[in-house]
Amino acid sequence: MTGLLDETAHRILAADDPWPALEEAGLTLVGVPEGAGGSGGGLEDAAVLLRAAGYHGAAVPLAETGWLAGRLLAAAGLGVPAGPLTVAVPGAGGRLRRVPWARSARRIVVLADGAVTVVDRAGVEVAEGANVAGEPRDEVVLVSVSGESAPAPVPPEELWRWGALARAVQLTGAMRRALDLAVRHAGEREQFGRPIGRFQAVQHLLAEAAGEVVVADVAVRAAVRAPDDPLAVAAAKAGASRAAGVVASVAHQVHGAMGVTEEHPLRTVTLRLWSWREEFGDEHHWAAEAGRLLGDRDPWVALTETGIVTGE
Amino acid sequence: MATSPEPGALPELEPGTLPPDAGALRGRVREFLAGQDFTPRCDSWLTGADPAFSRRLAERGWLGMTLPPRYGGHGRSPLERFVVIEELLAAGAPVAAHWIADRQTGPSIAAHGSEGLKRRFLPAITRGECFFAIGMSEPDAGSDLASVRTRAERVAGGWRLHGTKIWSSGAHLAHTILVLARSAPADGDRHAGLSQFVVPLPGEGVTVRPIRGLAGEHHFNEVVFDGAFVPEDLLLGEPGDGWRQVTAELAYERSGPERLLSTFPLVRLLAERAATPAERRAAGGLLARLWALRQASLGVAGALARGRAPDIPAALVKDMGTRFEREVIEVVRAHSPVEPDPASPDPLARALAEAVVQSPGFTLRGGTNEILRGIVARGLGVR
Repeated sequence: MTGLLDETAHRILAADDPWPALEEAGLTLVGVPEGAGGSGGGLEDAAVLLRAAGYHGAAVPLAETGWLAGRLLAAAGLGVPAGPLTVAVPGAGGRLRRVPWARSARRIVVLADGAVTVVDRAGVEVAEGANVAGEPRDEVVLVSVSGESAPAPVPPEELWRWGALARAVQLTGAMRRALDLAVRHAGEREQFGRPIGRFQAVQHLLAEAAGEVVVADVAVRAAVRAPDDPLAVAAAKAGASRAAGVVASVAHQVHGAMGVTEEHPLRTVTLRLWSWREEFGDEHHWAAEAGRLLGDRDPWVALTETGIVTGE
Repeated sequence: MATSPEPGALPELEPGTLPPDAGALRGRVREFLAGQDFTPRCDSWLTGADPAFSRRLAERGWLGMTLPPRYGGHGRSPLERFVVIEELLAAGAPVAAHWIADRQTGPSIAAHGSEGLKRRFLPAITRGECFFAIGMSEPDAGSDLASVRTRAERVAGGWRLHGTKIWSSGAHLAHTILVLARSAPADGDRHAGLSQFVVPLPGEGVTVRPIRGLAGEHHFNEVVFDGAFVPEDLLLGEPGDGWRQVTAELAYERSGPERLLSTFPLVRLLAERAATPAERRAAGGLLARLWALRQASLGVAGALARGRAPDIPAALVKDMGTRFEREVIEVVRAHSPVEPDPASPDPLARALAEAVVQSPGFTLRGGTNEILRGIVARGLGVR
C-alpha cells in the first residue's frame, strides 16, 4: 500500500504544476479523517507524500493544506473545505507574518485567542514575501473576519510542533534528492580522465552526506510514528535541520560550479533545505526545547521513554 | 530530471521496533544495576573488565541471550539483547570481560561452528566462564585485513599456527582467542584460503604480551603464535571460510549501541550539572543527536534480526555514532571548565580523562571511519 502510494506520489510530484493532479487523486488531504472531508490514511501515509514533494522540490502547499490546516480543522470539528489551505498564528504584535502560501490558499485557518477560524482568502490582504527558495511566505492582514469558528483543539505551540515535523519530513526528501544528484554527478563528471567519484576525497564527502541522510531519515520516520511525543519531534527536527546544512554543502561541493546556476536542478532542493531547516524552529531552537523537555530527568531515562514503538 | 528515487543507491532504514517485554526487561536491568557497586566509566566495554561482574550478568541470563537454548543459550531476540546491552553501556558498567564473546564470537560459533565446537563453547560463554579475544589485526595487516600473514600449517590431526596478532583486547583475561589465519595460498583471490581457529589461552606456543595504551593502561595485547598446535576440531567451519565469517562478524561488531554510547557517562554528568540556558541547550542538543542515532542503531539491529545483512547502514551508523562520541567531549569541554584528570574526586574530570584518552580509538576500532566511508561509497556506486 505504502509502496503504491510512494510510486503514485513520485509520478505526480515530478511533473510541473502537480497540484491539479494531486487534488484529482485525493492526495492533498491524506492523513485527514474522511469524516471531516479528508482522504483518510495515517500520518505515515501523509509523510510519504511530503517526502516525495520534498524530493522533487515541488512548489505546492501540501504540508499546509492537509498536514496542518486539514488536521487542525478536523481536530476542531470543522469541515475541511476544498482547495489549497494554509494556517496562520499571530506572532509579535498580533501580526500574521510569514504565512506559508497565503496568496495561493483559498482559505486561511487562523489559530488565535483560543479559537480556530476559517477565513476566506477574499477577506484578507496579503503582502507578498518569500523564503530563499521562492516559496510564498506572506504577511496576512485580516480585513473582515467572518467564517466558521470553533474552540481551538490545540495550543499554538502544538501546531508549531506539527509544522516542525512536516518540515522535517520535507527536509528528508530534499536531502535524499540532493544526495542522489551528487552521486549521479560524481559518476558522470570526468576530470583528470576519470569520473570524479573515483577520487577518494569525493567518495568520502558523499559517504558523509549519506550518513546524515540515513540517520535523519530514520529518526524522522520514527517521530512520524510517535507524533505526540514532544521529545521525539524535537529530536527529529533538530536532526533534520542540522543534517540539511551538511548535505546541501556536500552536494554543492561535489557539483562544483556546475551546481550553482539557476538552470541546474540542484537548487530546487538546496534552496529548500536552507529554508525549511529554519522554518518552525532550527536545530538550536529544538535543542533548547529538548533541554527544556529533559528537565531534571536522567537523560537516559528520558531517551528510552521516547518515541520507540513497542511491537506485539 | 529524475522522476523517482534511483532504487538501490542508498538503503532506507526502517525505525526499529522493540519487543513487547522490552520495558519490563529494561526495568530488571536497571534494578540489577542499582544494586551493583561499580564506578561508571566511559568506554567501559573496552576498558572496564570485571570477570565477577560478567558472571553476575550471566546468572541473570544476560550473556549469550541470542544463542540457541540447545547449546545453553537463552534463545532471546537480538532486540532483547539490544535493550540489555544499551542499559549496561549507558550505566558505564564494567562489561569488557565478556563483550567480545557475547557480541560476536558466540554468534559466529553458533552460525558456523561444528556440533562439537558449539557444545564446547556456547554453554561456557553463556555462563560467563569463557571470554574471547579477537585475533584479526596484525603488525602488517590493519585496515587491509585480507593481507594477514599468520599461517595455519596442516599437520597430522590439525594445524600449527605461526604469526603475530595485535590489538587483542582482553587477551590476558580471555580463555580463548579466535584467530584469522591463511590456511592456503591466495592463488589470485586474496579472500580465499583464510580460516578461523579457536585457540585456548594460555596455551603451548602462544605468548600474550601487553601493549599499553596512551595512558599506560592495559587492555590491548600482542599474541604471538610460535607453532601452536590447534586440533582439527577447533577449526571454525570449513577451511577457506574465514573471510566470509569475519565479514559477517563485522556486521555485528559495527552496528551496536557501543558505537554511540562510549561517552554517555559524560552526557549524563553534563545534564545533571546543566544550570544555565546555554548548558541546558547543550545537553538537549546531545540528547536529540543521541535520540536520532539510537533510532538508526535500532534500525540496523532490526534489519539484522530479520536476517538481512545491512553492512552499508551499519557502516554509516558507526561513522556517525563514533564521531558523535567524540563530539560529546567537545560539547562538555565548551560548557564545563574542568580539566581532565584520571585521579580526580570529581566524576566529570575523571570521565573526561577516560573519554579523551580513549577517543582516538573510537574512530579506529572495528574498521576505521575511512574504511567505512569506502564501504558506503561502494554502496552508492561511485567506487
